[in-house]
Amino acid sequence: MGKLLEVAGLTKRFGGLLAVKELSFAVAGGEILGLIGPNGSGKSTVMKCILGIERPTAGSVRIAGTEVAGWPAHRIARRGVGIVFQHSQPLPRQTVLEHIEIALLPDSLLRLFADRHVAERARAIAARVGLERVMHRLPRTLPFADLRRLELAKAIARNPTVVLVDEPFAGLTAAEVADFSALIRSFRDDGHAVLLVDHNVKSVAALVDRVLAMYLGERIAEGTADEVMRDDTVRRVYLGGRIQTTAHDTRRNTERQPLLQVEGLSVSYGKAQALEDVSITVGAGEFVSVVGLNGAGKTTLFNAICGLVPATGAIRFDGQDLRASSAARIARGGLVQCPESRELFGDLSVRENLDLGGQHLTRQACARQLDWLFELFPILRARGDQSARTLSGGEQQMLAIARALMMQPRLLILDEPTLGLAPVILELLSKALDRLRRTTDITVLLGEQNITFALPHADRVYVLEHARIVWEGPPDRLAAEAGAGLL
Amino acid sequence: MLGSRNFWLAMAALVVLYLLPFGVSGYVLGLLTVAYYYAVAAMAWDLLFGFAGEVNFGPSFLVGLGAYTATLLNVYAAAPILPCLLAAAAAAVAGGLVLAVPALRLRGPYFGLVTLVAVLLLQNIIVLFSGITGGEIGLALTDVLAIDDHTNYWYALGFMTVSGGLLFGLSRSSAGLILQASGQDAVQAAALGFNVAKHKLAAFCISALFSGLAGAMLVFYLGTASAGTVVDIGIGVQFIIAAVLGGRRTIIGAAIGSIFLIVAGEVLRPLGELSTFVVSSFALVVILFLPGGFLGLLAGRRG
Repeated sequence: MGKLLEVAGLTKRFGGLLAVKELSFAVAGGEILGLIGPNGSGKSTVMKCILGIERPTAGSVRIAGTEVAGWPAHRIARRGVGIVFQHSQPLPRQTVLEHIEIALLPDSLLRLFADRHVAERARAIAARVGLERVMHRLPRTLPFADLRRLELAKAIARNPTVVLVDEPFAGLTAAEVADFSALIRSFRDDGHAVLLVDHNVKSVAALVDRVLAMYLGERIAEGTADEVMRDDTVRRVYLGGRIQTTAHDTRRNTERQPLLQVEGLSVSYGKAQALEDVSITVGAGEFVSVVGLNGAGKTTLFNAICGLVPATGAIRFDGQDLRASSAARIARGGLVQCPESRELFGDLSVRENLDLGGQHLTRQACARQLDWLFELFPILRARGDQSARTLSGGEQQMLAIARALMMQPRLLILDEPTLGLAPVILELLSKALDRLRRTTDITVLLGEQNITFALPHADRVYVLEHARIVWEGPPDRLAAEAGAGLL
Repeated sequence: MLGSRNFWLAMAALVVLYLLPFGVSGYVLGLLTVAYYYAVAAMAWDLLFGFAGEVNFGPSFLVGLGAYTATLLNVYAAAPILPCLLAAAAAAVAGGLVLAVPALRLRGPYFGLVTLVAVLLLQNIIVLFSGITGGEIGLALTDVLAIDDHTNYWYALGFMTVSGGLLFGLSRSSAGLILQASGQDAVQAAALGFNVAKHKLAAFCISALFSGLAGAMLVFYLGTASAGTVVDIGIGVQFIIAAVLGGRRTIIGAAIGSIFLIVAGEVLRPLGELSTFVVSSFALVVILFLPGGFLGLLAGRRG
């Protein structure tokens, strides 16, 4: 069958950030292509460009031969592109069946009543995806897997030529994964072109005909799932080429007073279990890395510790129970998170951002802290008056870390600092972390999917997979004992 | 959801309302007449907020446009009532379009802010040209709908019944469903092939149409138009509170809320200045603790 989706020279630039660089690929009818890449690799941007949610900076997107690059999303959808979202906001008073019926309606202002066959077709689709039993219920009463089925049903309703599926199996159990795989295969059997977008090869390997791996906006490998998993570049991106654990100083093996103790922590977002019975400890002065793929639960773990999401289980910081404290009190108590999303004040200058971090310090202490930070990140001194929004990604990350350090934390949580950064910047960051470790007695809890970055500094490593801790140990044993699960 | 029981309940309530003139004083009828016109504006507002998901902070901009178009035509062009009403509706839709086309491009709270500024502008223009518009003192119309209390009451009630029926039907139609989906999750709606901007714009036009008509009918009932009675921000806030109080996303709730607000204000009149305070506090409590409003409470009881 001919190529139904053809992407050529696709480029997308956000300000100074080149999110997708000259990417080309094609998917034929009756074929499933897996588009994979770690967080920040640009795969979501590719998906948004195909859907028309983002307008490509350059390049072409053809649907069954028609050039659609730059079209508004609804026109592209009508041309035959459908998406299975991870989840969407359901309507509060409409049943499952009515949600499917909406997807079957024409885009008309004047159509007051749906055709009779709409209800019939909606029923048929509900049956096909396994929503028959619950089709008269409201979506908010459904379990998570059924909500995903509803997303699938809506995509089927549009009978798209090209189907995009965003993280097809996130949050599903093994049995549900099998059901979903069968449904996605049925798209292929009907002659549709299917694009699965996911973080790693492993999760989609059984389903895809071909895999395209992306990193930093570029293609790094393409081929069968096996070929891509064996590919050197892919292994380097996911596991780190030579996993190095730099010689540690004496800090490593001394007996430590536990500073943070997390026991039996569980978090669920509505129906999805984001963390299940997680226990970790971080000793005073220790550098602990939590590694795991995107979606494994790292950010949720950190947010729960910082009091930003409700959780069950025990969290003690320096012996004190944190669960009764507000997020602000936890931060003032010396447990400071530098979040994945950085959360800089974009319109404020670098200095103003830093000053906000140092609000509680005396003027002298603030000046001292600033001097020290400017030594750690010299580029921030030069950028002092620039508004944070105009910094490059790497500079923003440094500013985010510096702002967290202005609060003089006893425990610094770094959530995925490498997100979307180029290798050369990673080296700079890595050096800064190394200096931080050597010159202060600060305790660090680092969450990363980039193992190369996470290991060299770590005294101890936890591997988080599907909401659970699956491995714990020293960094030099990680590759041998837990590496396979991370590819 | 819409059981036939609800339908008969609404019918029974309407019958009672239609027979009311035979049982209560002209004073009460006068109050309710105003309440019904407010109700239409509040219902039109709910179509935007409840279904399209856009907060219009300036419903009185659309009401005021309709009211003043009708007034000026009636006073200066000696146009009869019916053409005045049609022109009022057209002017509100046109004004709404001028406002909404650029404003709907904005994201976040900016749409609401633009509508807020629009009210201030309109109010300013009316005061600036007070030689023509009558400004804050008001301008007397040449015609009125009727002199008789009962006829006026039935006009208003009929207008509310028809408008409410149309708006309610629209909200439950296929187009209403698409509108609701667009308001809830615009990206998803676009991915399903719906032109979100088109549906929201249409909703804005329909909302403007009914708001403009309500404004025009109101001034033809009152006999005068003044910035304080049809354009003031405070009037717009009344519509908003009425709709939220009655129950978002229900259309009918907005009408119930409007009637409640006016009746409550009247019952509490002996409290003097304090009555507004009590009504506002009550509204605040409802918004804080019963975001579903009166109808949400009823639905929650049964569900």
